[in-house]
Amino acid sequence: MNRIKDLFKVKDKAILNVFVTAGYPNLSDMPEIVKTLAASGVDMVEIGMPYSDPLADGETIQHSSKVALENGMHLDLLFEQLRALRPTVDIPIILMGYFNQLMQYGVEAFIQAASEAGVDGMILPDLPLIEYERTYKPLFEAANISVSFLICPSTPADRIRKIDTLSQGFIYMVADAATTGQTRDLSEAQRTYFKHIQRLDLQNPRLIGFGISTRDHFVQAAQFARGAIIGSAFLRAIDPKKPENESNSLDERIRGFVGSILEPTVSVG
Amino acid sequence: MTRIDEHGYYGRFGGAFVPEMLFRNIEELRRVYTDWIAEPAFQKEFQALLKDYVGRPTPLYFAERLSEKYKSQIFLKREDLNHTGAHKINNTIGQILVAQRVGKTRIIAETGAGQHGVATATVCALKGIKCIVYMGEVDIERQAPNVARMRMLGAEVRPAKSGSKTLKDATNEAIRDWIQNPEDTHYIIGSVVGPHPFPDMVARFQSVISEEMQKQLLDKIGREHPDRIIACVGGGSNAAGAFYHFLNNESVKLTAVEAAGEGVESGKSAATSILGRDGIIHGSRTLLMQTKDGQIIEPHSISAGLDYPGIGPLHAHLIDSGRAEAIPITDKEALEAGFELSRLEGIIPALESAHALAALNKLALEKEEVVVVNLSGRGDKDLATYIRHMGE
Repeated sequence: MNRIKDLFKVKDKAILNVFVTAGYPNLSDMPEIVKTLAASGVDMVEIGMPYSDPLADGETIQHSSKVALENGMHLDLLFEQLRALRPTVDIPIILMGYFNQLMQYGVEAFIQAASEAGVDGMILPDLPLIEYERTYKPLFEAANISVSFLICPSTPADRIRKIDTLSQGFIYMVADAATTGQTRDLSEAQRTYFKHIQRLDLQNPRLIGFGISTRDHFVQAAQFARGAIIGSAFLRAIDPKKPENESNSLDERIRGFVGSILEPTVSVG
Repeated sequence: MTRIDEHGYYGRFGGAFVPEMLFRNIEELRRVYTDWIAEPAFQKEFQALLKDYVGRPTPLYFAERLSEKYKSQIFLKREDLNHTGAHKINNTIGQILVAQRVGKTRIIAETGAGQHGVATATVCALKGIKCIVYMGEVDIERQAPNVARMRMLGAEVRPAKSGSKTLKDATNEAIRDWIQNPEDTHYIIGSVVGPHPFPDMVARFQSVISEEMQKQLLDKIGREHPDRIIACVGGGSNAAGAFYHFLNNESVKLTAVEAAGEGVESGKSAATSILGRDGIIHGSRTLLMQTKDGQIIEPHSISAGLDYPGIGPLHAHLIDSGRAEAIPITDKEALEAGFELSRLEGIIPALESAHALAALNKLALEKEEVVVVNLSGRGDKDLATYIRHMGE
């Protein structure tokens, strides 16, 4: 059984995947955040393993990683939190991080700990396809952990096919050739790109990530893929340092944000 | 084995651990760089610029008083006499020609001491190409003259404010910029670091240093090779260039000098080969200073150019395999060596190069031993630091 595959079997469209950095805003917040996300209708979560040098991340996620590391987050604690969390939520849990973190933990030990903690998938933006194929694929597969690879507008078609063959679960489609956290409307170029990918008729479902921050983005993205991933916008929405967040509890901030994405705006008057 | 394999590895070090957004750019470079560099038209332009613009060949100078003091035959390879004051321009000339051939119209670079930033700003001015240099906030402060030079040359200097605010963080910011602007931008990386093919490409451009050494030694001592080459290693581009044509000549001892900062065990050091273990930084598997959890440790060195927690994968391989010997030199030892060369030979070295010179004191040199110290840069940019420590 893999919760990611099951989810894509039962839910056809508008899958919402929300990213949160483990250990942010406070060291022990992640499990409660995930529970609230699940209860608010989020379909899956991506949990960032904070890293000192997150090359593929924009400012918001960099900042959250820095705070999380200062709070004292580390992998053993993350796995401990996940083991306690897993029996309380059913949605798929994906870990996102950098390959050096796995190398230092020991790739096999990491996979075992992740598997015991009920992790369903991994996103490792700097793990080269060739290294995965040559060395690590059987290890992840044996543990029933799906590794999702990124594709972006500069990925050639033959490489997309290869990624499709090697991916399990879903393909992470980068909406813009940019690090996360940029906010803009879906452009004509992006629409053209997404349509191009649709026509490739890949075996894996796609989620669109990078730059999705509003309900409008989400609804538009869901037309071209099975759903979308929201990261930076969510972190900004729960940032306790933002003046507009001061009067709300973490729980209220999470529910408010998810509501703003999933529920159509009620026009007043 | 001192050359990369087909996947871009020196032994177990190297590779290309980059996000998908950079794959096409890296792949494009990988496919074409060796062919282009070998192209007669490329070589013609590259060699002409090195000669007439950079001022190569740089002299190989027999340092008589230094030799007397250390009781051996010491030559200085005068990379400090290059245009812009360091070896860095050998690489930026090569890479700007590559960038032109891939049709890029915007150049980004990272810089530590500012020497690579200046060398990049210089070639961008030469070719009329837009230039953005990322530099750690800390380094902007301690290398003010180079910041001014870059701006005068028309480059935009952007401060890197994350992490230790030094070379590592400037490199992170440059890579993020490239991820956001993959279409029009070429990243002129400044050392033999980063994803394949950068380490090998930069080493090839810097290999002119050892190529000249061979001819100059033949002329001066009647044989092409010295007994030992000493070079400082941050990322390691000047060392890669100085070692390059001697890598397979086992009779040449290779000494890679690392910055020990306030001492290897002080917690304020950049002695990567001693303090580091296998890890990934800036797209390359190499020796890396990191915590048990793989978080990269912030290094320290008085020299901004050596203040780096990793080391080029070639050097990781050379040191790991025993081909090169790594020697740690503290801030204090480097300063002393800088003052010593100034007084003995009338040459004020860059603090980076002063680390290489300080190794002379640590080695048991033999009387007839022919040693080449790669004097990678001049010390003008470090005057403020030298002045602060004068008379200590």
